[in-house]
Amino acid sequence: MNQIETTLDRPVTNVTAMPRQSLSIVMLGSGGSGVMTAAEILLRAAARAGYYGLMTKSFGPQIRGGEAAAFVTLSTKPVEIQGDRVDLLLAIDWKNAERFAGELLLGANTLVISGEAGAELPQIVTEPDPRLEEINLKTLTRSHKGTRPNMVALGTVAGAIGLPREAVAALIGERLEKKGEAAMAQGLTALDLGYEEAANFSLSKLAAAPTEAARWIISGNQAAGYGAMRGGVRFAAAYPITPATEILEWLAPRLQKAGGLLVQAEDELASINMIIGGSFGGSAVLTATSGPGLALMSESIGLAVAAEIPMLVIDVMRGGPSTGIPTKSEQSDLNIAVYGLHGDAPHVVTAPNSISDCLFTAQWSTHLAEAMQVPAIMLSDQSFGQALGIVEKPAEQAFAARREVAEAPGEDYQRYALTASGVSPMALPGTPGGQYTADGLEHAESGRPSSGVADHNQQLDKRLRKVVDYDYGDHWAQIEGDGPAAIITWGSTTGPVREAMRRLDPDGKRLRLISLRLISPAQPKALAAALQGSEQILVIEQSQMAQFFGHLKAQFDLPAMADLYARPGPQPFRADEITAKLEEWLS
Amino acid sequence: MNAETACALTARDYKSDLKPVWCPGCGDFSILMAITMAMADVGRPPEEVAVISGIGCSSRVPAYTSCYGFHGVHGRALPLATGLKLSRPDLLVIAAGGDGDGYSIGGNHFMHACRRNVDLTYIVMDNQVYGMTKGQPSPTTPPEWDSALVPGGTGLSPFHPLVIALAAGANFVARTFSGDAKGTAQTIVEAINHPGFSLIEILSPCVTFRPEEREWAKQVHPASVDATEDRARAARRVLTDDGFNTGILYRGNRAPYQPAFKPDDAAKVDFEAEFLP
Ligand SMILES: Cc1ncc(C[n+]2csc(CCOP(=O)(O)OP(=O)(O)O)c2C)c(N)n1
Ligand code: SF4
Repeated sequence: MNQIETTLDRPVTNVTAMPRQSLSIVMLGSGGSGVMTAAEILLRAAARAGYYGLMTKSFGPQIRGGEAAAFVTLSTKPVEIQGDRVDLLLAIDWKNAERFAGELLLGANTLVISGEAGAELPQIVTEPDPRLEEINLKTLTRSHKGTRPNMVALGTVAGAIGLPREAVAALIGERLEKKGEAAMAQGLTALDLGYEEAANFSLSKLAAAPTEAARWIISGNQAAGYGAMRGGVRFAAAYPITPATEILEWLAPRLQKAGGLLVQAEDELASINMIIGGSFGGSAVLTATSGPGLALMSESIGLAVAAEIPMLVIDVMRGGPSTGIPTKSEQSDLNIAVYGLHGDAPHVVTAPNSISDCLFTAQWSTHLAEAMQVPAIMLSDQSFGQALGIVEKPAEQAFAARREVAEAPGEDYQRYALTASGVSPMALPGTPGGQYTADGLEHAESGRPSSGVADHNQQLDKRLRKVVDYDYGDHWAQIEGDGPAAIITWGSTTGPVREAMRRLDPDGKRLRLISLRLISPAQPKALAAALQGSEQILVIEQSQMAQFFGHLKAQFDLPAMADLYARPGPQPFRADEITAKLEEWLS
Repeated sequence: MNAETACALTARDYKSDLKPVWCPGCGDFSILMAITMAMADVGRPPEEVAVISGIGCSSRVPAYTSCYGFHGVHGRALPLATGLKLSRPDLLVIAAGGDGDGYSIGGNHFMHACRRNVDLTYIVMDNQVYGMTKGQPSPTTPPEWDSALVPGGTGLSPFHPLVIALAAGANFVARTFSGDAKGTAQTIVEAINHPGFSLIEILSPCVTFRPEEREWAKQVHPASVDATEDRARAARRVLTDDGFNTGILYRGNRAPYQPAFKPDDAAKVDFEAEFLP
């Protein structure tokens, strides 16, 4: 079973015995060494061969050209997190490799291949006493004109794990086609050199790939952008910020292709107001940011609540507070997203639970925002946003922006009319007879400013009613298993919890996963129903101050017996960490 | 609005029946009148016009018109108007507000709106004070003006919005006086008809917190020369004038920023191919 292979360090003699369901690989190198290119080709080739996979990246602090590590886990089953132990580490060189201490989980069974023959290995690599091997990338590439070390490295890794050469060769061919035949031939020579070297090393191969079902390679940020576009978003404004920028850079040319537009604003105060303007004009709109940007936007998100302007705000969370750790994940923006608006300001907060769920949740959130004329904040995070996953092709969803619009407002048209659902038809500029002034000032049904008791109460009620009474269906949470021990979690913590559950309870008899996709408004009844029959509850989250736990206690009637496992980033949760926690909790 | 009435629109058609909250004698009354006169002159029906503002006495103006309006948050009228205009180029979009709203809290947006040069008309009712919050100095207040919040005055030299607008790339720059509603209306018409970002800085006395500003009526005078197309010359003129020179001071010919925006909802957005391995 998978768990045993990855959690236990087996005796060295056994390592080549059995094919493995899953392998974890790290490729290391300094700036310009091309590790990321090599790792991405490896991932793509594996996808074409029918495997699942995940690639995450780690970089030094240099803006450009620093040391880089690519972490790739390939598997016959869906992968949401990196493996517990590195099976194969290949370093093109060892410059500044110490910086990845804490991220490189090496063990006695790790095969380390040094591409710098004769080089002294950093202590963080030698200390766990892994199997050490060498290849001499320098002499190999020197003796074959035009070959590059990263392509030899790619061939070595692909060969060592047993990836079919054809899949890798085809990709190299496609990539180098434009550079001419000579370049292509050199690329393939390099690949073959690597495959030849790999024959010298013993490592378990990957088990045969499952059926070649349709797979996608996608990052959480791309998935979020595409989901929003599928939901109908055509206008966006934003200010760049790590780790959200890729959403914007993915969207900008594609919005253009769809006749839409992304504007780079002067700051987040501007971007949020630009999309408010766009939405007032009738477009489904989006901005994407991270914690610092969300903080700047919060006053205007409140305006959108009061003026009933639909919009999607994606927060790709990173370590906080302040500038924090921009390139690492944390689930610590929940409070600002849910409770960060001034006044009583009901709005929607959602969170995807996997890379491919970024697509679903962004599309759904756009739909919710439009349907309820309310801002929706989607809390994604760095570990989804900047990771590339080989995933099953996400299913098509029917959700699309559908705003209730006053097409032909009559004499008595009132923009903020009190309706049963709380949603009032919105007149779009250009529509005769629908003129009103959208206002952050409290207003009467007509939209006219009013500080009267009745108007304030009625408008507050209407704005609350429309989000609280809305039927969110089954999408409020992802529920798996129905055992008596229930784990409540959210966002990117879901993946490691799922993996730990697979290990401890493959039949889903003892454990139950409830991963919330709708963070706010709270769904206490739905949670109570999902908890039916549970005897034990554990909340798991990546936040020092246990923001999610506090939210569940305050808003979801979380039973008092619920236990908590919360810790901050920047280290992602590992399956072995959660597995150990669960074992301790269950015993 | 049907075709018949559309050709006979008067200033009154652009006024709502909401009674302004302004103090009697406030300069903003005449500016509201000038705005409605200008709209009647331009002749776009009220539903095709959007008036966007921030917060302040002056920023109350949208609801006093019969157009679509947005009374947003303090300082953000320009980005909101920008987002609307870029996604709805068919509309006539006017942004309006005070000197605090536009030059202090919204100062960054002011510079970038000038630079971006979207086809907007920006009306600043400059009373050189924060009226709504009851009398604090704004960026255009003279340095010695005494107030409860800044006793003895700020000691800071005032911000020069017109020079900044010119330096940042505004395409049309004018100064008028609220007391001259007709002249202001004509200038607004010219600003609307001029492509790109137009700034009209309107001296508008706050009779409550700066009663001495009533004197402005005697101090303003029409500019002695016509508008120039030379940005540097315009900047030199406004830097060296007495601050009471009124008229159109600069007309540029930069192309407005208006990228194509024609979303085709019918077209299926399909980017699936790029996710195939
Ligand atoms: C974020 C924020 N800060 C402060 C205020 C308080 N405030 C309201 S209006 C205003 C100044 C208005 O001055 P100005 O823009 O010159 O307009 P006037 O009232 O003079 O027409 C201030 C500071 C606010 N509404 N929002
Ligand atoms: S306080 Fe000043 S600016 Fe405000 S309404 Fe009164 S006179 Fe006008």
